[in-house]
Amino acid sequence: MSNTIKVSVWRGQTEGSFEDFDVPRQPSQTVLDVITYIQRNIDPTLSYRFACRVGVCGSCAMTVNGRPRWTCRTHVDKVATDGTLQVSPLRNLEVVKDLACDMTEFFEKMNRAEGKFHPTKTRDDDFDFVLPDDPKRKQASQGIECIGCGVCYAACDVVEWNKDYLGPAALNRAWTLVNDVRDGGNAERIAAVSGDGGCHACHSQQGCVEHCPKHISPTHSIAGLKRAAAKSALKGIFGGDD
Amino acid sequence: MVARAHRNHAHYWAFVLHRVSGLLLALFLPVHFYVLGLAIEGAARLDGFLSWTDTPVVKLAETLLVILLAAHLTGGLRLMALEFFGSRESSKTAVAVGTGVALVVGLIFLLNVR
Amino acid sequence: MSSVAIETKLWVWQRVSAAVLGLCVIVHLILIILAVQDGLSAAEIIGRVSGNISWLLFYSVFVIAVAIHAPIGVRTILNEMTNLKPSQTHIVMAVLCLVILTMGFRAVIGLFNAGAV
Repeated sequence: MSNTIKVSVWRGQTEGSFEDFDVPRQPSQTVLDVITYIQRNIDPTLSYRFACRVGVCGSCAMTVNGRPRWTCRTHVDKVATDGTLQVSPLRNLEVVKDLACDMTEFFEKMNRAEGKFHPTKTRDDDFDFVLPDDPKRKQASQGIECIGCGVCYAACDVVEWNKDYLGPAALNRAWTLVNDVRDGGNAERIAAVSGDGGCHACHSQQGCVEHCPKHISPTHSIAGLKRAAAKSALKGIFGGDD
Repeated sequence: MVARAHRNHAHYWAFVLHRVSGLLLALFLPVHFYVLGLAIEGAARLDGFLSWTDTPVVKLAETLLVILLAAHLTGGLRLMALEFFGSRESSKTAVAVGTGVALVVGLIFLLNVR
Repeated sequence: MSSVAIETKLWVWQRVSAAVLGLCVIVHLILIILAVQDGLSAAEIIGRVSGNISWLLFYSVFVIAVAIHAPIGVRTILNEMTNLKPSQTHIVMAVLCLVILTMGFRAVIGLFNAGAV
């Protein structure tokens, strides 16, 4: 095995090209280590993002050899099997520069999906007691570890094909709130997630499940939203409370 | 290809199979109905068409259609199971089983067709 | 109708028709496999379905279910993979539904009446 790796890095914005660098191999090296080496020792004009570098914040997410991943948690040995690496910014998002993408649309969709809490009580009311084995609490728990890193959004083909599609993260967040018994915004939320670009656009390809570093299944959450939307529609046809 | 490496997993291929089979079946349907409708002009007219289909190539195409129909059915069952029962367990096994069943149905057809 | 109502109702109808088709297709596949043994002929097909109310009902349900199911699927494909606008794919879906209903019932009723000629 040679003691350098050949790294192709995306330079530019949405228009741009790959630039090649040779980086010395180190034991237990991660892709983030490689990018950092390039920026510090070879080309200081390379732009990229990271923060915690220990797999907690999700800032370092990029496309590595075609797949979206956290670069700080991607060992070079695991991906550069033939001594080469290709690194580019996350798919489906506008590129700010080089490896940094614009996450605005991602977070806007989180809002559009009503992925925000609608409180129903004041400080003068008693607490809501939500027991850990409550079925809705369990459903919510399956999805709340999401840190909004954007990997699922980058992995989703429907996001690529449908500009209006809210995406796995936003819909997953909406589902956790649908299951939050303290929240009072479900009528708007179900409407927000079942129009054009809503939960029905998901075809359960599970690119999101395959790539989520927190092992969340947005597909499972989206299936829950589909059922909730159908129930809502049927109640509307047959009448009934709420 | 590096650019599309993120698609290389079972559920993506299951999706492709489901979409392609659905589209091909939808295109086949008007043809199927037209042929059956030939019976209106008399049994002989329909028989005339059926004898034309008595070649190995057509029999193979028919087998393919049977496989596509069975595959679309099993793919649909996978989808509905995910949507209604929210199966969290990796249903990759289901994809393999579904594809297997579709191929078996096609094989049974091929063995029976004359 | 709002897009919420449209998308949700189409989703529901797609699943309902899928459930019906699941049964119809299994019956149909078994029938076809048995029918192709010893060759296929018009006489055999007509002999089986002509004048038979049960087959008429079965295939009528089959045609209606497929006329709902296929156009909804095609609409999704067109929306995702072409530049057609939603208002246009909606029309394609409606047209396809009519085509399947017309040609389907022409075949079903034609075969039902065939032996009577």
